[in-house]
Amino acid sequence: MDSATELEQIETLAKEAETLKLRLDDERQKLNDVTLASVADRLESINCMNVKPRRILKGHQAKVLCSDWSPDKRHIVSSSQDGKMIIWDAFTTNKEHAVTMPTTWVMACAYAPSGTLVACGGLDNKVTVYPLSLEDDVSARKKTVGTHTSYMSCCAFPNSDQQILTGSGDSTCALWDVESGQLLQNFHGHSGDVMSLDLAPSETGNTFVSGSCDKMVLIWDMRSGQCVQSFQGHRSDVNSVRFHPSGDAVATGSDDATCRLFDLRADKEVAVYAKESIIFGANAVDLSISGRLLFAGYNDYTVNAWDTLKCQRVALLYGHENRVSCLRISPDGTALSTGSWDATLRVWA
Amino acid sequence: MSCVTGGRWCSSLSVDMVTMSSDKLGCRRKPAENNTAKGGTEQPGGRGRSDVTHRKQHSSDQSANASGETAPATGGVQKSTTPSWPVDTPNYLVYQKMESIVEKMLDEATGVPVKTVKTFMTKIPSVFTGTDLIAWMMKNMEIEDQEALHVAHLMAAHGYFFPIDDHCLTVKNDNTFYRFQTPYFWPSNCWEPENTDYAVYLCKRTMQNKTRLELADYEAENLARLQKIFSRKWEFIFMQAEAQSKVDKKRDKLERKVLDSQERAFWDVHRPMPGCVNTTESDIKKACRSNKPAAKPSKHLQLGVGGGRISPSHTDSDLSSPTDTLQNEITMLKQRLDRRNIKVSKVAEALINYFEQYAEYDPFFTQPEFTNPWVSDNPEMWEQEKIAKEISARRVKRWAFSLQELLQDPIGREQFVRFLDKEFSGENLKFWEAAQELKTLPQRDVQARVQEIWDEYLGTDASCPINVDSRSYDSTKKNLEQSDRWSFDIAAAHVYHLMKSDSYSRYLRSEMYKDFLNGSKKKTSVKGIRSIVSFTARKDATGS
Repeated sequence: MDSATELEQIETLAKEAETLKLRLDDERQKLNDVTLASVADRLESINCMNVKPRRILKGHQAKVLCSDWSPDKRHIVSSSQDGKMIIWDAFTTNKEHAVTMPTTWVMACAYAPSGTLVACGGLDNKVTVYPLSLEDDVSARKKTVGTHTSYMSCCAFPNSDQQILTGSGDSTCALWDVESGQLLQNFHGHSGDVMSLDLAPSETGNTFVSGSCDKMVLIWDMRSGQCVQSFQGHRSDVNSVRFHPSGDAVATGSDDATCRLFDLRADKEVAVYAKESIIFGANAVDLSISGRLLFAGYNDYTVNAWDTLKCQRVALLYGHENRVSCLRISPDGTALSTGSWDATLRVWA
Repeated sequence: MSCVTGGRWCSSLSVDMVTMSSDKLGCRRKPAENNTAKGGTEQPGGRGRSDVTHRKQHSSDQSANASGETAPATGGVQKSTTPSWPVDTPNYLVYQKMESIVEKMLDEATGVPVKTVKTFMTKIPSVFTGTDLIAWMMKNMEIEDQEALHVAHLMAAHGYFFPIDDHCLTVKNDNTFYRFQTPYFWPSNCWEPENTDYAVYLCKRTMQNKTRLELADYEAENLARLQKIFSRKWEFIFMQAEAQSKVDKKRDKLERKVLDSQERAFWDVHRPMPGCVNTTESDIKKACRSNKPAAKPSKHLQLGVGGGRISPSHTDSDLSSPTDTLQNEITMLKQRLDRRNIKVSKVAEALINYFEQYAEYDPFFTQPEFTNPWVSDNPEMWEQEKIAKEISARRVKRWAFSLQELLQDPIGREQFVRFLDKEFSGENLKFWEAAQELKTLPQRDVQARVQEIWDEYLGTDASCPINVDSRSYDSTKKNLEQSDRWSFDIAAAHVYHLMKSDSYSRYLRSEMYKDFLNGSKKKTSVKGIRSIVSFTARKDATGS
């Protein structure tokens, strides 16, 4: 094929894509019959949110970068820039393990469903698992499962302790077999660093969502490795993604200082949570059990609680003295944990 | 010579910055022509864009590269078409917003009232009080005082205004005096000042024997440290400081006061006092991104790293032609167009229904049956769950929400199994659970287990045969040729649907479920009331 005809072909294709895009925009606009907030008008507003700090976990020497709840609803694993991973009994605020990592900047950590294994990694580009036992030194039984070609930014255990799903600065996600370190599936599609991922709460657990610095939110099928749905709308890096507990929507937080709700059934954005006085980006989001409350941790040291349905802010939580880097609702929904660059973790309820 | 004319608070001043070792700083600074006498009218957007060429040149190269290479990988994604300017960096957005607020604050008529305060002996030029600032923010940004104070603190920490006598960049809602920083020193100019510049600055301060310029303890320590580090070129640093000091001395007294304080505030941002947050620190993830080499990391060599494997890099498909990229994009767009979607009104109803159904189970809306352990310091709730002696009515009620809810609860599952056994249809659930369990196995065991499941439920002499439609059966059979942990997914989905529409709905209507629902109600109602009472009592006791 000579270059002239090739160029022509590219042009035709580009035109076709452009027309399709316009048509798609048109179609999606038709679905926009009402706003979520107007339908939610009939609900009572959320008054007097009585959320207070209940625990402060001190022990990290530097920025807390990530944390996760144990399935037992009271333990927390946290990782920090000081190269430490700490297992806390958040209820008593005792440290049960403190593991020194081979790298500083441990950007991601996660509890396995059994509660007896944790995974972490970061600037070492690796995901390493640590079985937790009170007898041995935890790091003696560590095992490196997978390696990315750039930093590992997020991880989660889908289904069991035997697999781990990771997201990376190399703009891919990957599913690994823990025992053999074998790559089971990889997920290409983002054109920027993957910042966050979350597993769908469906009974089969075959899908997950990822958010990236390419401003996109993608839904993936773990079986095929294919992206099955994509959402755009954010104007900057998507730092955090969480499934709505129904599994039908995803909430996101971004450097554009907004949080959004994208619905899988409508295939579009259904709500934006923003305020003029909120200037800084959102790093971490999570939803309450009923999906009504969206908690978001921001670079302005605060946590905002949003009414997802009425699209209003219902509370502003002060306490941290530096950026809030991670935030998680406990598995039974009784508490909210936050981690910050001020080197502390806090539990709110 | 680069000059800056700031806002109105020093509009008569033409600030000579050339002596601040500008050649080194210049490389990080907006081009000199932008600095000249534009003053406060300049739009923040305009300023940012003029920086673009001057700042990290490589990032636009990188984006060009990325768009050419990464898209074809799956082609499943629409790419944003905007080029990756430095304006894309997270801080840019934040600076832009803060600067647009500052511009409004600087407005002569509607901004924060700036004045020159005369005291007994001296004049304090171009200042405003914390009270005025907070009042302005509350009025113009429509926020309450606490939030206004917080936003003001953040803006001060980024150096847009500063207390005139304090290294700690914060704001108090009182009569403390604050001053605006000149736009020249705004963080959006991508200052990354070096230690030599800091050394020159500190050295200069020691030459101006004025009490207000005396070094703070931490600054003196920094100076001593720097002197050690730069011992070889200290003479040079000293000379620069001397030259700067000489220029400073020629200035008008008030002008000097303003400039000295602005320079000090600049260093308070970039070399903050111990205990203050350093706002110039960036997220390591984002820093990694902007430092990435132009080549995509996926092109790295497949280094053999001990333990585990490397995630595969983008394969040859990356290198496919732009036509393929476009083809992929078109397929994706067509798929999206073909999707059946529901309207926002329906979505809204569904989300509201979900909330209404689950509000009872959300501790942020309904008190748990036992007190919230985090609030009451009593872990009873978790302990009761483990014992599971009493199953509360609201827990049983939840089983009716969906089959998933029923199966997630171990007691619910147990009940359902019993019900199915009575109906002689237990094999469906067993098969579905086997298919789910398969996904949780280590890779090593998957193959063997796939065969076992097939033999048990689907094979010709299956010991526990299940009925699936022929399509599911055929596709499952085909999957076995290349078996993996998802081999039975289609058949399992079919069986799940059957259970949901048939056995599950019959279970919910059964006496068995109703009895359990009523029985559990009797058992726990007293307990439930007691715990709520004790909860409120305790809350009152601890109520702050």
